Amino acid sequence: MLHRHRWLTPYLLLAPGLAWLAAFFLVPLGILAYQSLQSGTFDFGYQFSWELYNYWDALSRYKAHLIRSFVYAGLATVLALLVSYPLAYWIAFRGGRWKNFFLLAIIAPFFVTYLIRTLAWQNILADQGAVVGALRDLHILAPDGRLLATSTAVVAGITYNFLPFMALPLYVALEQIDERLIEAAQDLYASKTKAFLRVTLPLSLPGVFAGTLLTFIPAAGDFINAQLLGTPKQHMIGNVIQSKYLELIDYPAAAALSFVLMAAILIGVAAYSRALGTERLTG
Amino acid sequence: MTAVIRRHALTAYAVLAFIYLLLPIAVVIVFSFNDPKGRFNYVWQGFTLENWINWDAVPGLRDAIVLSLEIALLSSIVATGLGTLIALALARYGFRGRGATNMLIFLPMSTPEIVLGASLLALFLNLHFATGFNTILIAHVMFNISYVVVTVKARLAGFDRHLEEAAMDLGANEWATFRKVTLPLIAPGILAGFLLAFALSVDDFVITYFNSGSEVTFPLFVWGAARIGAPPQVNVIGTAIFVIALAAMAANVLLQSRRARQEKGLV
Repeated sequence: MLHRHRWLTPYLLLAPGLAWLAAFFLVPLGILAYQSLQSGTFDFGYQFSWELYNYWDALSRYKAHLIRSFVYAGLATVLALLVSYPLAYWIAFRGGRWKNFFLLAIIAPFFVTYLIRTLAWQNILADQGAVVGALRDLHILAPDGRLLATSTAVVAGITYNFLPFMALPLYVALEQIDERLIEAAQDLYASKTKAFLRVTLPLSLPGVFAGTLLTFIPAAGDFINAQLLGTPKQHMIGNVIQSKYLELIDYPAAAALSFVLMAAILIGVAAYSRALGTERLTG
Repeated sequence: MTAVIRRHALTAYAVLAFIYLLLPIAVVIVFSFNDPKGRFNYVWQGFTLENWINWDAVPGLRDAIVLSLEIALLSSIVATGLGTLIALALARYGFRGRGATNMLIFLPMSTPEIVLGASLLALFLNLHFATGFNTILIAHVMFNISYVVVTVKARLAGFDRHLEEAAMDLGANEWATFRKVTLPLIAPGILAGFLLAFALSVDDFVITYFNSGSEVTFPLFVWGAARIGAPPQVNVIGTAIFVIALAAMAANVLLQSRRARQEKGLV
């Protein structure tokens, strides 16, 4: 009996989980699309009317927020890469038998609740805090200069919060590199720098690619860092979506903005993977 | 000489990077012992154990923690069940629609959380389904399934199928083989998936924020408290979660290395 219907087994295994994802992930996206084309107000109700104007309105009114989101997310991704690459390299090639311990230290921030570690940055960067005091004494910061409530604080917070997403894939890619390849390059008279640029770096590109996407996507949609470490001047597209949905109850505009965010991320990811090239990734 | 400098420069850089990563954690822990004057827990005023002893002196904190744990437990049990079945199907069977299935697993992980939260709220609003405990639970199962699938699939990939064939050759039927051979072997993967789902659920803010109605989970409590100055008890709970997660992780690493030694001993 069971054998006659073997072809059915995988579908039976898949059904409950995929049904859940269809009902609570795919269908909601469809409803979001539907809602983004509605017109009307909360008091008098919304009607579906192919209101493409919502998109035009969202784009023109919140262009600054959208651009800011991508600039902040881009900066945070580059900073995370600059911090993580040497760190991942050091663990992969110099970590020795303590590799797992150092790896644990990299993901340790994830064990502190997201909001609490962001509040810790609020604490570190506060006007009364030691960092601001030291920078003022060193005249790097003006006597009334601040760190909290600036773009710097928001970008620093985003960088910190998503850094493990960058560091882990980098480590995995670097760890897999056969060190004999690097030795071979040096035997063939490549300088250390050249061996790195021609052997190690290209082999680690898949890790760079994965890490960049894993960092950039959540960073572009984030609103917590801008809320806790910035002011309305630093607000990103996520802040706008959040307040339109939960405070202003302007659903069509919020839905349209969500789709603009998703589309912009998809276009960015496609352009990025094209620029980096899968051919160069596989050598 | 330059090689020596370069070698140490890299190590120094790594040390600085570790300090950067661990500094905020140290701040959370240290300020859980602070005795703040006024409502902002920003400046060190003096050591006290008061916050730890009276950890639930803040109204609403205990309820928020209990709710977070309930949601985490229920949602990770359901997500682990559903996700393990999907992982088994993907790793064991060839079937039409595999590409689409992989896509559907991958998409929720690569969609910004705010879009996941907003679209789910759009669904509930359109169905006139009141947001609260049930909608938080639905949301958490949804975003956790993919992570469980990925974790369990990784364990199934490094699995010797000859063991199952041997059991079948010895007369075990499919169900007995699954229960006696497959399940015990992939159990560590299932446990890892469950723990990951639990951790993600306890930590989630964005998706919960959209779908919580009037319910308050621990991250939502922190969010509300942050607006008026978070009390040091928030640091106490943050420290406790950190220590528990670290201990679970360390136990897992120890268990795996012991298992690896045992397997080596067998060969």
